[in-house]
Amino acid sequence: MQVAPSDSSALNTYAPDVREQLLHYVLQLADTSLMLAHRLSEWCGHGPILEQDLAMANIALDLLGEARSYYQYAAELEGQGRTEDDLAYLRSAVEYRNPLLAEQPNGDFADTATRQFLFDNFHYHLLQQLQTSPDERLAAIAEKSWKEAAYHLKWSSEWIIRLGDGTAESRQRLDKALANLWRYSGELTIPTASELNLQALGIIPEYAGLQASMNAHVAKVFAEATLPLPAATYMQRGGKEGRHSEHLGYILTELQYMQRTYPGLTW
Amino acid sequence: MVATQVPTEQQIWLLLEEVSDPEVPVLSILDLGIVRRVQVAADGAVQVTITPTYSGCPAMNTIATDIRLRLLAEGITQLTVHNQLSPAWTTDWLSEAGREKLEAYGIAAPVNGTATGHLLNLFGEDTAVRCPLCKSEHTHLVSQFGSTACKASYQCDDCQEPFDYFKCH
Repeated sequence: MQVAPSDSSALNTYAPDVREQLLHYVLQLADTSLMLAHRLSEWCGHGPILEQDLAMANIALDLLGEARSYYQYAAELEGQGRTEDDLAYLRSAVEYRNPLLAEQPNGDFADTATRQFLFDNFHYHLLQQLQTSPDERLAAIAEKSWKEAAYHLKWSSEWIIRLGDGTAESRQRLDKALANLWRYSGELTIPTASELNLQALGIIPEYAGLQASMNAHVAKVFAEATLPLPAATYMQRGGKEGRHSEHLGYILTELQYMQRTYPGLTW
Repeated sequence: MVATQVPTEQQIWLLLEEVSDPEVPVLSILDLGIVRRVQVAADGAVQVTITPTYSGCPAMNTIATDIRLRLLAEGITQLTVHNQLSPAWTTDWLSEAGREKLEAYGIAAPVNGTATGHLLNLFGEDTAVRCPLCKSEHTHLVSQFGSTACKASYQCDDCQEPFDYFKCH
C-alpha cells in the first residue's frame, strides 16, 4: 500500500478501554464488509444475467474497499504492528466479529438478494448517522461509503419488489429466503457490550433511532412487494462476539488459503 | 526543472495534469477532481493529497505510483501521497474539460445534482442521460452497475448504442 492515510484522528486521546472497544467495533464493521464482499464475489461468473453478475461484483468491490479502510484504522488502533492484511487474513474464526447474517451462504438469487437487502437497509442507515460521529476517521469512512451503500440499497430493494411481486416461482423463493434469513436481521441492531459503551459515549449511533428508519424502509419495500411483514421471532446472534455458524470456517479456509500456505506471499 | 531546485506548487500541478486515470485514460487526475491539495516544503519535500472516487477503486494504487513516477522523472524524490476520504469525492468535482473529454471518449458525463439522495426513489424515473454517440436524450438505464465502479450501463433508444454513463456520486 503506497498511499499514506491522512485522516489520522487523535488516536491517542482515547482511554485504553475505549480504544479497545472501538477496535472491536471497527473490526466488526470490517469483518462484516469483508465477509459479504467474499460471498458476493462467489457469484462472479455465475450470475443469472450479465448485468446482475456485474452488479454483485461491483457491490463486492465497494464493500471490500470499505473493509480495507476499516482494517487500516483497526491496525492503527491496535498499534501492535499488524497490517490490514494481517487482520483480514490471519485471524482465527473466533476472532472474527461479523454478525451471522454476513456469513450466510449465497443459496439462490433470492437468498442473496434477501441477505443483501437486510444488510443494506442497516448499512445505509448506520452510515448515514455515523457520518456525524466525533471520531473523525469513522465519520470520513462513513461519508465515503454511504454514497455507495445508497446504490446497494436501491439495487436490493428493487429486487425484493421484483421477486415478491413477480411470478409464483420468484415469490415462493423469496418467501423461503425470508423464512430462513429474517432471524439473522436482529443481531445487526442488538448492541454488544462494546457497542453499548460507544453509544453511551456518543461515538456511534443509538440503535433505537436506526431501527425506526430501517423498519420504515422495510414496510415501504414489503408493501410494494406485496409481502406481509415477518412476525416477531427469536433472533439468532453471536457472530459479533465471535460465536459463528459453521459457514465461517469454510469461508476462511478459502479466504486465507494463500496466506496460510505461503506466509507473506505478495503479488 | 533540475533536481537541486525546490519546485513550486504550480509546477507540481502542471505535472499532475499529465497523470491520467488508468481506467479512463482520456482524463487527467485533475480533470477527475481527485487531487485535493499540493504542498511543497522549504526542503523540497512534496505532499500530494488525493481522494478516492470509490472505496474499492483499484486505480488508487496505480495513480499513486503514476504520480511518483511522473515527479521522479523531474528529479523529485521526496514525495508523500496522502489518501483523504473526507470530504468525499463527488462527480461535481469533474472539470468542464473533463466532461467534454468523457463524452468524446464515448462515456456520458454525470448529470450534476442527481447524486445519491434520489436513489431511494425505487423504480423512479431514470436520470435523462444523453447518448454520447448520437446525442439523443431517448436512452434508458440498463443497470446502475457497469464495467467499473464509477459507471452505470445505458442504452440509446434511437441509435441503439449501449454506452457507459459516469454515474453521479
